[in-house]
Amino acid sequence: MSREKQRLKKKMIFAAVCAAILVIIAVFSGVIAPNDPYATNATLIRKPPSAEFIFGTDNMGRCVFSRVLIGARTTIAATFFLVAISFVIGTLIGMLCGYYGGVVDDILMRFADLMLAFPQMVVAIAVAGMLGGGLFGALLALGVTAWTSFARLARSHTLSIKNEPYITVARLSGKKGAYIILHHILPNIVEPVLVNALTQIGTTMIGISGLSFLGLGVVAPQAEWGSMISEGRAYIQIAPWTVLFPAAATVITIIVFNYLGDVVMEYKNE
Amino acid sequence: MTGRITKRIAELLVLLIVLSILTFLLMYLAPGDPAQKRLSSQGVAVTKEMLDAERERMGLARPFFVRYGEWAWGVIRGDFGLSLKDDMPVAPKLREGLSNTIVLASASLILSLVFAIPLGILSAVKKNSIFDHTVRILSFIGNSLPNFLISVILMYFFCIWLDLFPIIASGSIQGLFLPALSLAIPMCARFTRQIRAEIQKELERDYVTGLRARGVKESDVLIKNVLYNCMGHIFTIIALQIGTLMGGSVVIETIFRWPGIGKLVMDSITARDYPVIMGFVLIMGTIYVAVNLLSDIICQVIDPRVENE
Repeated sequence: MSREKQRLKKKMIFAAVCAAILVIIAVFSGVIAPNDPYATNATLIRKPPSAEFIFGTDNMGRCVFSRVLIGARTTIAATFFLVAISFVIGTLIGMLCGYYGGVVDDILMRFADLMLAFPQMVVAIAVAGMLGGGLFGALLALGVTAWTSFARLARSHTLSIKNEPYITVARLSGKKGAYIILHHILPNIVEPVLVNALTQIGTTMIGISGLSFLGLGVVAPQAEWGSMISEGRAYIQIAPWTVLFPAAATVITIIVFNYLGDVVMEYKNE
Repeated sequence: MTGRITKRIAELLVLLIVLSILTFLLMYLAPGDPAQKRLSSQGVAVTKEMLDAERERMGLARPFFVRYGEWAWGVIRGDFGLSLKDDMPVAPKLREGLSNTIVLASASLILSLVFAIPLGILSAVKKNSIFDHTVRILSFIGNSLPNFLISVILMYFFCIWLDLFPIIASGSIQGLFLPALSLAIPMCARFTRQIRAEIQKELERDYVTGLRARGVKESDVLIKNVLYNCMGHIFTIIALQIGTLMGGSVVIETIFRWPGIGKLVMDSITARDYPVIMGFVLIMGTIYVAVNLLSDIICQVIDPRVENE
């Protein structure tokens, strides 16, 4: 192992640890949060950060710190969910198309091309707008285009290995197509597709919080970073902390996941 | 070359027809009844008879393909139908919004390229220097910032702290600066990263070593060979960013109240004004596809090898 590779490995571990910490915080946010993120209090409106409310309180007297924590769960869970679903659906479609080929392959890949041919956010805004908001609508809107990169990748890797001797042998010994795809093709193509999933996390997070910011994502009063920033924007002059903390949380999370994706990508190419 | 381009244009037409069908289908399936919405917005108590009459008048009762055909035929002639909100034709609204959006998008594109091209090139040439590391870190961070967040930060900094710019952009030159900057920062970061990677890859090619061995001046190697060979790729990089730019401009226009097509569509989403949304999707899709076709053609003109790939 070269020195460069070792250096990258260290970076990779560092990034993975940071990402793991964020995920753990999100998972246990309900336990960590010092206050009820949804409890409003008319006497505590827009209080600056203090010992009791370390991130201050928002326009309805809710604890910003607790809301940022709970928001982490919303944002990170929604992102992981979307990436995981697109990964499963896209990889499955890609493997089926690559292995069997034929008319179905033609149609599905044309459709994927079509989805790739249009700007993702424009499609997402139109779909989310039509569905009338809600987190599910936003996820569906981003999902319409998100599966395509997985499908393309899985398909091209399947094509490159489907004529390898071990696949032929499996086929000759009477194994069914579904068995070959799951036991022989999937383990051999999953790595590059997983790396793609990793690099998609940051972009997906930007997409979800962007839609929420526009009011096309989560519905109030649910805590989500994009919608918190959007809410806080109206009184940023008198209570900048209501924007500052969710904004910092968003930036840090996206940076960590983008960094992880970058380093893993670099490590693989080295 | 002409054969390939003709094929691409044919593909583009098919793509647009499918897009228009999908767009129409989306509106067709969308929840909410435009006739109901319209009547209740006039503040009258809605009876079933009135609803049926209104549906009949708006042509909502006819089959899908008849309605699609009528809409598509109108679009071809530049008529995007009537707004459900105020009965005014949609096309002039879209046109006005689009021209404002083009101003904003071009300003941010120019702004980001002015910085990204020199930074990307210098960073690749001085690989692993302090300059390179700084550029890489900054562009990495820029790439991770959602543009709505940048705009909020810029607004706070310039409008409230420094009190330099108007918060509501409303179409003036002065108001153009902040929205354009908000769009330009993440885009500039992405361009810098991609241009740097592209140039660096080219610099590692054998012919560069060969040129250097023969004692060709470094500036000639860089400008006459490396940059020239990368130009096609750089065009493609720019064309691919147009899509992100379109999505971003919706967000930014809404925040700064810039009277572009993005703000128009957000207002229309709130009002469930379907004809405007359909027009928006169709126009944005067409522009994006056309820009990518154009960049393909430019690539081929610059670098005829592309055809063989």
